[in-house]
Amino acid sequence: MKLQEITESRHNFEECMKCTVCTAYCPVLQVNPLYPGPKQAGPDGERLRLKDPFFFNYALKYCMNCKRCEVACPSDVKVADLIQSARIRYDKSKPKLRDRILASTDFMGSLARPFAPIVNGITGLGITKAALDATLKIDRHRTFPKYSGRSFEAWLRRRSREQAAFPEQVAYFHGCYVNYNNPALGKDLVKVLNALDTGVQLLEKEKCCGIALITNGMSDDARKHATHNVSVIRKAAVDKKLKVVATSSSCVLTLREEYPNLLGVDNSDIRDSIVMASRYIFERLEKGATLKFREDYHKRIAYHTPCHMEKLGWGVFSEKLLRMIPGIEFTLLDSACCGIAGTYGFKKENYESSQAVGEALFSQIRSVNPDIVACDCETCKWQIEMSTGYQVLNPISILAEALAD
Amino acid sequence: MKFNSVIIGGGLAGLVAGISLQKEGLSTAIISTGQNALHFFSGSFESLREPAPRIAELFSEAGIGIHYSEGVRLMPLGTFREAALSLDDVSIFPTSHFARKALIVGVTGYQDFFGSFLAEGLEKKGIQCRLRNFSLPELDTFRQSAGEMRSVQIAPILDRVWESAVREIRVLLKDEDAVILPQIFGFQDISVPGKIRREIPAKVVFAGTMPPSVPGIRTQRLLKRRYETLGGTYLAGDEALSAHVHKGTVHSIVTKNLDSHYLEADNFILASGGFFSKGMKSNPFQILEPVFGLDVEFASDRNDWYDPDFMKDQPYMGYGVRTDSSLRAIAGGEMMENLFAVGSILGGTRPELGSGAGLAIRSALAAVDEILKTGKR
Repeated sequence: MKLQEITESRHNFEECMKCTVCTAYCPVLQVNPLYPGPKQAGPDGERLRLKDPFFFNYALKYCMNCKRCEVACPSDVKVADLIQSARIRYDKSKPKLRDRILASTDFMGSLARPFAPIVNGITGLGITKAALDATLKIDRHRTFPKYSGRSFEAWLRRRSREQAAFPEQVAYFHGCYVNYNNPALGKDLVKVLNALDTGVQLLEKEKCCGIALITNGMSDDARKHATHNVSVIRKAAVDKKLKVVATSSSCVLTLREEYPNLLGVDNSDIRDSIVMASRYIFERLEKGATLKFREDYHKRIAYHTPCHMEKLGWGVFSEKLLRMIPGIEFTLLDSACCGIAGTYGFKKENYESSQAVGEALFSQIRSVNPDIVACDCETCKWQIEMSTGYQVLNPISILAEALAD
Repeated sequence: MKFNSVIIGGGLAGLVAGISLQKEGLSTAIISTGQNALHFFSGSFESLREPAPRIAELFSEAGIGIHYSEGVRLMPLGTFREAALSLDDVSIFPTSHFARKALIVGVTGYQDFFGSFLAEGLEKKGIQCRLRNFSLPELDTFRQSAGEMRSVQIAPILDRVWESAVREIRVLLKDEDAVILPQIFGFQDISVPGKIRREIPAKVVFAGTMPPSVPGIRTQRLLKRRYETLGGTYLAGDEALSAHVHKGTVHSIVTKNLDSHYLEADNFILASGGFFSKGMKSNPFQILEPVFGLDVEFASDRNDWYDPDFMKDQPYMGYGVRTDSSLRAIAGGEMMENLFAVGSILGGTRPELGSGAGLAIRSALAAVDEILKTGKR
């Protein structure tokens, strides 16, 4: 046993016994023949790359990092980590301007926010989309998320005293999306947690979790974000002994798993404190706290488990929470990738693959025909809304909507 | 989180148990550490014949077609084996002389189907064989990296362009009365194999390929969907690490993803598989069951675990956990009150004879009956 621990290979790649099960669950492989697939890109390729970096294959950029290969692997090989690590280690090409723009979610957000109505107007125009398509290769079918005029941080900061009065406290890693695009989700979380007699605090000053920086070849920047975030989360989680909740499954996966596994940033003392809000709320309810729901709330909800929620293994918490709401008719959608994978689907060269990957999910949603699709990921939300026309809400927002006043 | 039953293992045994319990109105969760032996499934549930009504019902409600009749079925190397309960993909014939002449059609570049082996075996039976391949423009792109032209890459495409495939096969067909194709049809669309049978004017036989098994993956997906439709909680990619046990009764399970959040239940089913699935582990000194530390039967001298002749029966393949006649597991010589072992983790089984699928179903149903008998709801 000891010997095995000492000799454990990077990302466990030597445990691969070439069963090829991962290839059956790779969404990209089935639609994009340019991608060599998780087995070849991951453990097979790693053996070659270790001999000579010459064997690094630039087609690895087609990996969406959805981690479905890891969920499927019977031998605990970190297939997607192998692929992303190889990109970090061997891909020396400079990220394009477009990729820099797409990856810099918090920088772009802070630039756009003060001019939100103008920016929203411009990015929504057909001519802007055509121009972005032609110049930057951002696919014209995509709609940029709208920017909000006032940041969530500013909103919550003004309520810090009232929040501090609650007997229980949590810290909230809101992420770029809630801060710049959808403060309503953050407010919904505050509403639900307040109903549980729990106040919500900001971290000292969070930065973007960095997931888009990692996948766009800007890992040095991502590492800076990670080091910073770990230190501010440490102040909340270790010094103040608070749970740090989040409403985005990709933020949570990045903070808990990608920091140590891909960026080499140690988070061992805070990892267990970082949880999805749905898990935190479920556990509070299980321990005896109660939420009072409206009696007139009747909705047909179809829940989509985002890939990173699947990897966390926590979709069950969102599912069970939604099922607790009386008057909800619940459908669990088949576990399948929506195809957007963060910034991946925004790139012109990926648009077709992205839509082909999502088709199984879209057609199931159409046949279930729910009132609302629930899902814990903002980019899945954009993709599903664009591709199906159905409204997508975070489970926390549905919970907030169903609460009795 | 609390359930009536927590099942460790999301393969055939775990899913059959989970579906059956959910149907009885009992809440369950399945902990699945990666995918399972269904991905290597031949399409036949060895050791099962005419299905008991509850087995027939279970599969039909999941949308999986199964059948049985007396006779034989074609094996991937051109030999025949006695018929067993099979997916509709698998043909069963009254005798091995199912055709005079057979056209064996592979896919150009697809290397996991051994047409020449099939031909060699069939010709010994007096069936004349002709080998051909077909290709389609839609499949050409994959040959850029021929090493990765695997069943799961081409099967989804064949779902879409099966009509073009049929056209190509019909052109190849001369006076043969049987066409043998690799079992790579119907990945998502279960109706495709049936349509191909109707459109080709000869007996169409789908023969097994190297893994991954297309009918097996489809079966896994349909059983999981059925389980989730019944309200079951399928924890994919999680791993049972340890258990809280008190005086022979299991109280809860600790998992890798849920860490401090334990899974509590009245009953537990261990369907975690054999060595490949890590249901059992070995080190130089012993063979162990890692979650509960159950008693495992194995030879004390390690040299007796295996036979140096690779082709002989390997004793370690039959090693597994001990249970009593009700499938209750045994630890330290003591029976575990509410822990049932099912599927290939059971000792004394012979996976090399392919009895895994039949054993998985039968033991899972036996454990379900025990749970229903105790009436803990």
